[in-house]
Amino acid sequence: MDALVADRIRGELSANDVVLFMKGTPVFPQCGFSAQAVQILTMLEVPFKGIDVLADPSLRQGIKDFSNWPTIPQLYIKGEFIGGCDIMREMFQSGELQKAMSDKGVAAHG
Amino acid sequence: MKSPTYAQRIEQKLTAALAPSLLIVEDQSARHSGHSGSRPEGETHFAVTIVSAQFIGKSRIEQHRMIHNILAEELNEHVHALALTCRLP
Repeated sequence: MDALVADRIRGELSANDVVLFMKGTPVFPQCGFSAQAVQILTMLEVPFKGIDVLADPSLRQGIKDFSNWPTIPQLYIKGEFIGGCDIMREMFQSGELQKAMSDKGVAAHG
Repeated sequence: MKSPTYAQRIEQKLTAALAPSLLIVEDQSARHSGHSGSRPEGETHFAVTIVSAQFIGKSRIEQHRMIHNILAEELNEHVHALALTCRLP
């Protein structure tokens, strides 16, 4: 994959504890799955950086290659890939997502 | 002979690879018509519920990756969204 894109992704992951690669922005998600992911993070009251892959085609493909994951959204906590929308929802419902946050030192509610 | 639909391909490939005890492949494309990635001919948005013993001992990410790998061709060619619910028997 493009080294510049990989560098940019690594930069975002080291600068932000919780990063959501998504379609659209947290305020205006452009896809139902991204909207669900935002909703879960909002319920957890966890600060996160939403990165709109639609704004940059090289990032849209780049994050798929970087994570070896074919779909968007994608959640990272402290640089670790957690999963997509389905995994986020299952982990949220079972309490594992809250635990993953606190285990990694990210304050979350819910 | 008519070529198989994507729903049929998904079902056949997952059945062959994972011997599921339950497999539900739902075409949800109509619900997403007009969204990015949708196509007039449909078959772009699927939801799969699958129960397989082959998920035992695998993390959620690993379970999903197994399916992504099995359906790599379909995801690459045509299928835009694949909601997955993976369960152990």
